[in-house]
Parts: sequence; C-alpha cells; structure tokens
Amino acid sequence: MSQEAKITKTLDVKGMYCPGPVMETAKAIKQINVGEVLEVLATDPAAKPDIEAWARRTGHQILDIQQQGGVTRILVKRAK
Amino acid sequence: MAGKKLSIIVFSGTIDKLMPVGILASGAAASGYEVNLFFTFWGLNAISKQGMQAPPQIDKNYEQMGPMMIKKMMDMKFPMWHQMVKEAKEVGEVKVYACSTTMEFFGLKKENLADFVDDVVGVATFLDRAEGGTTLFI
Repeated sequence: MSQEAKITKTLDVKGMYCPGPVMETAKAIKQINVGEVLEVLATDPAAKPDIEAWARRTGHQILDIQQQGGVTRILVKRAK
Repeated sequence: MAGKKLSIIVFSGTIDKLMPVGILASGAAASGYEVNLFFTFWGLNAISKQGMQAPPQIDKNYEQMGPMMIKKMMDMKFPMWHQMVKEAKEVGEVKVYACSTTMEFFGLKKENLADFVDDVVGVATFLDRAEGGTTLFI
C-alpha cells in the first residue's frame, strides 16, 4: 500500500520527543490538501501510538506504518 | 469524538510542574481538544513578565536533580514550557486565563502578564469553560 501512495510532503521529526512529533504532524497536515499524503519520519518511541491516537481524534487516515531500524515511518492521508 | 476538552488549573510555579502543563496543552491542542488553562497562585506568578524572566525553579524535593534536568532538556532541544503553550495556541483552540484574585495578591495588572494570556477571569468563568471536560490541578 505504501508503494502506491503518492507522498506530497515529508516531515522529518527525528530526534524530537513528545509532544513534538504530534505537534509537527498537526501543523504539517494543514500544509497539504485533502486527499494528499504526509510522510512522517520519527525516532520517538511514542510516535506510533501517539500519531495513531492523533489521527483517530482528528479524523485523518493512517495509510501505513513501518519500522525502519530506529525510525518509524508513518503515512497519513489528510481526510478533511 | 469531537468536542472534548482539557482544562488545567495551573497552581504550581516550578518547572517540574509547568513542563507537563506545556506538554499536555500542546498535545491536546494538536489533537483537536479545546484547552483551557487557568493560571492561579504560583502558576500565575510564573506567567508574570518578572516571573518569566527569572531563572526556572524546581520543586524543593527534586532540587538536586535540577541542573541535570536542565542540561538534559537542552541536549534534547526540548522547548520551554511557555513556548509549548504559545505553540498550542497557534495549532488549536487554547485559552489562557489569569486568576483575578491572585493578581491582586501579587499586585499584578494585565499588562504585567505574558502576552499569551487571553483574559483575566474568576473561578466561575473557569468552571463554566471547563464544564463537561477533563480538569486537572497541577
């Protein structure tokens, strides 16, 4: 699925800790259009559960989450 | 899911208590919560212009950990709590209230407070804003 998703913007929050990744994701999602995909790269171990919780709360869609070594790569589709 | 809110009575003025205020407020704001912060007593003192310029204080019980914490925060490039509050206001619906009674105790006027303060209010306003949500006393 991740191979097919066209990434509009990449957000690099490696080295940032809670609430940094969530804050930056919330800001970055506003910079793309509805239907477009944001790629988030994070090293905070809380990034996966936090961005999943954030997406549930805010109604955006998680397309894919992958762990690549110490980096969590999350694809978020702006839903509204 | 929508329409949730988090309200915090910010009573303490030490950095170990103010940090979680900044973290909770910004995390909640980013997640679409309505956030109300009511600064009272030592918390209010911390957002006076004088208090903001003073070196951060830590709870007496954890005093020996203060320098290590500050160094670690700088190594982590972790933002100061009041920067997190400001950022929370940019990202979401966050209101910062100052307690009018405490202002009289400390002899403070609205212009003596940090610029991110929205209004000077009393407890009735805070309770009204906080109704139906989660309220914390920190």
